[in-house]
Amino acid sequence: MFVVARALLHAPKQEIALLANAVNLLVLTATEDGGFHAPSISEFFPEVVLFEGTPFAINRIMLVRFIAVAALLLVFWLGTRRMRVIPGRFQSIVEMGLDFVRVNIAEDLLGKKDGKRFLPILTTMFFMILFMNLTGVIPGLNIAGTSVIGVPLVLAIVSYVTFIYAGIKKSPKNFFKNSLFPSGVPIFVLPIVALIELISTFILRPVTLTLRLLMNMIVGHLLLVLFFSATHFFLFTLGGAWTVLAAGSLAFGFAFTLFEILVAILQAYVFTLLTAVYIQLAVAEEH
Amino acid sequence: MLHAVVSAATEGEYNPLLPADYDIIWSAVIFAVLLLFFWRYALPRLQKLLDERAEAIEGNIAKADEAQRKAEAALEEYTAQLADARAEAGRIRETAREDGKKIVADAKEQASTEAARITASAQAQIEAERQTALVSLRSEVGTIAIDLASGVVGETLTDDQKAKAVVDRFLADLEASEQAAAGGKK
Repeated sequence: MFVVARALLHAPKQEIALLANAVNLLVLTATEDGGFHAPSISEFFPEVVLFEGTPFAINRIMLVRFIAVAALLLVFWLGTRRMRVIPGRFQSIVEMGLDFVRVNIAEDLLGKKDGKRFLPILTTMFFMILFMNLTGVIPGLNIAGTSVIGVPLVLAIVSYVTFIYAGIKKSPKNFFKNSLFPSGVPIFVLPIVALIELISTFILRPVTLTLRLLMNMIVGHLLLVLFFSATHFFLFTLGGAWTVLAAGSLAFGFAFTLFEILVAILQAYVFTLLTAVYIQLAVAEEH
Repeated sequence: MLHAVVSAATEGEYNPLLPADYDIIWSAVIFAVLLLFFWRYALPRLQKLLDERAEAIEGNIAKADEAQRKAEAALEEYTAQLADARAEAGRIRETAREDGKKIVADAKEQASTEAARITASAQAQIEAERQTALVSLRSEVGTIAIDLASGVVGETLTDDQKAKAVVDRFLADLEASEQAAAGGKK
């Protein structure tokens, strides 16, 4: 799991590249043919439907988020309302979800005591991201709640505040010493290492957390829109022999929908796991 | 690369990296609601359930231990009883054997006593009969002898007093001679 986490730490670069490619591709395609509905970044900024101009403006994506949250609350309210020692099917599934975060993330990385302390934050983080990611592949909603920067940013700030709080609460001296001056580094490179550590720990961590999630969701959505609007275009605008291509793009769209489900789960897991890792590094005595 | 994205994005009118105020506010509200829900409602319930389950499992283990202990105790008791029963059976058999021996011995003794008694009574009877025979023989021998003697001497020994004296004398002589003969034989 650690290896995966480490590998994914470096993922944003690729994701950004992918995004750039996708955007370029779309711009080109869009200019080639006017009949083709090209996916664009403006899809993530739909019209405001309620409270326009106030800080509480609500647009389609906000509504999608509310639906995801309502579903989340409903599932876990029903699942934990009357818990029995011998669980039924539904309770088993809910328990499995909660236990996944509790055992595989919190307790594995933080141990029983700290794991329990930070469990509410980690659980909230995981399921909030998971449910909002999954709206991207649910017909009718079709956009991830996390594909607008608000949720990734707020959660990254929560993660940031949490691991700094955890470190300072444990021991301010140790926390900053461990974070900035790793042991075993020769004295003459220590200033450089300290600078790098400062940037990577206190600046890059929240930025990468935000961007990784955001870009994954944006790109996922753009790809799905691309494949399905291409299918639509081949089938209804061009027709004839182009139908063959429609079948191909539909197949790709289908495959990427499945892939998006995987990404939705994986990104929720990675975000939560990294937060747990940061907390663990912050409360570690020495590393 | 990041620059490319930003510039590509700013070419349009939207920049996905710049958060809108409502976006942040709603995200924060949602997070707060969910955190409160999990922290105050769902997770405590899960914890309670896990505690209950652990308790139930421990209770069941204790119960199973208890049952095991009882079963072992029962088995032990049963084994002990079986051993007792065996010992008892052995003892009974032993007693029976001894009893049997004793009965046989008693029977033998009784039989031999009976046999001895029968033998004794038979001998006594024989003796008595012999005595009777002897007495009757004596009186008959006396009569015969007197008849004979009457014949021989030609006179009748009618006088009983006399006759008896003669016979007794004769018999005493006879016995004496018999005894002498028996003593000689011995």
